[in-house]
Amino acid sequence: MSATKSAGSAEQKRNLIAVIADEDTTTGLLLAGVGQITPAKESVESEEGLHNNNSTDSKVVSSNLGKNFFVYKDGKTTRQEIDDIFHLFTEQRKDIALLLINQHVADLIRSSVDNYTAAFPAILEIPSKDHPYNPEKDSVLKRVRKLFGE
Amino acid sequence: MSATREQVFPTRMTLGLMKTKLKGANQGHSLLKRKSEALTKRFRDITKRIDDAKTTMGRVMQTAAFSLAEVQYATGNDNLSFQVQENVSSKARFQIKAKQDNVSGVILPHLEAFIDENINDFKLTGLGKGGIQVSKCIKIYTKAVETLVELASLQTAFIILDEVIKVTNRRVNAIEHVIIPRTENTIAYINSELDELDREEFYRLKKVQEKKQIKMKELDDQLKEQLKLDTVSKAEGAAAASVVSEVDQKTKSKNGKSKKSGKKETKEDEDLVAENEDDVIF
Repeated sequence: MSATKSAGSAEQKRNLIAVIADEDTTTGLLLAGVGQITPAKESVESEEGLHNNNSTDSKVVSSNLGKNFFVYKDGKTTRQEIDDIFHLFTEQRKDIALLLINQHVADLIRSSVDNYTAAFPAILEIPSKDHPYNPEKDSVLKRVRKLFGE
Repeated sequence: MSATREQVFPTRMTLGLMKTKLKGANQGHSLLKRKSEALTKRFRDITKRIDDAKTTMGRVMQTAAFSLAEVQYATGNDNLSFQVQENVSSKARFQIKAKQDNVSGVILPHLEAFIDENINDFKLTGLGKGGIQVSKCIKIYTKAVETLVELASLQTAFIILDEVIKVTNRRVNAIEHVIIPRTENTIAYINSELDELDREEFYRLKKVQEKKQIKMKELDDQLKEQLKLDTVSKAEGAAAASVVSEVDQKTKSKNGKSKKSGKKETKEDEDLVAENEDDVIF
């Protein structure tokens, strides 16, 4: 019982929507008001996690610690950077309930996305302006299809 | 594998324990099966809704992207995205509230969009031109994100239910294929062992009785022997007496009388033996 209760309270704290998307999608979502910039230290709960990361993670992570959105620039952003940001949003930040990620960006880090099985934060693959939505690639829809034996 | 049983001492008490355990396992099995069915029902419902929602999401996002293009055209400003990113404040306007939903003991989070109308980071965006388009775009994107939140809520429920159904099914199968057969085997083992003990006990009693009878017979034989010896000695005595009496009677009367008396004495001996036998058989 205590485990479920603590999980419930942890979910209560999660109230942000994080975005990893290209410029246009991010702009639109920010216009809707999902963005939030908090001081870097508050966003990552455990000091230890922050400390560990300074040695391994790239500059991108440290410069994006406080933001809950990340703009993917075609040709400029490397796969490693996306992966780092993805882990920052899914594992280290404790205030994110939902991660929106462009499907073509998710394709670049497909293994990380497919291996992610936790319920919180939920990951949602969204289409972008230039890349129409392809249900075949979605990690959750893949599982749905698998269950129905297709 | 099904031949395995628990390591127990075969007594009547453990038999009772095993029987209650079997009963509990059966009840648990039926309850868990029902739970799994309830969850599966919910699960199918959710998967269907996810499938629908994902396809509508594509359409919604397309409309939103189009309205953003309109804004970019109307404002004629290449810096729009930069301006928007820089204007993000320290508190999000669009937040999520998690509620909890209970499906047969499983807590499913239900995400709900929560919009703080007091916060508006983009008051100055599109101030020069295209302000109407900007506010329209904000509205459309807000709608779009609401749909996304709805979808995410379904998806989270999907993931959690998937996990819980797996666990429940594993439990159902474990009870059905491991615990129940093992308990039944244990009960069968205890029963056979108790029967064996019963048979042993019965055989033992029989054996004891047999031994007793043999001993009694021996005693009986000894007694008979004793009696025979007694009668022989008596007969000898009697014979001697009869010889004496014969001698007397020869002098007094005829032979026939003495023979009759001898016969009478042997008859009395037989009666004695018969009485003794009555004593032995009880």
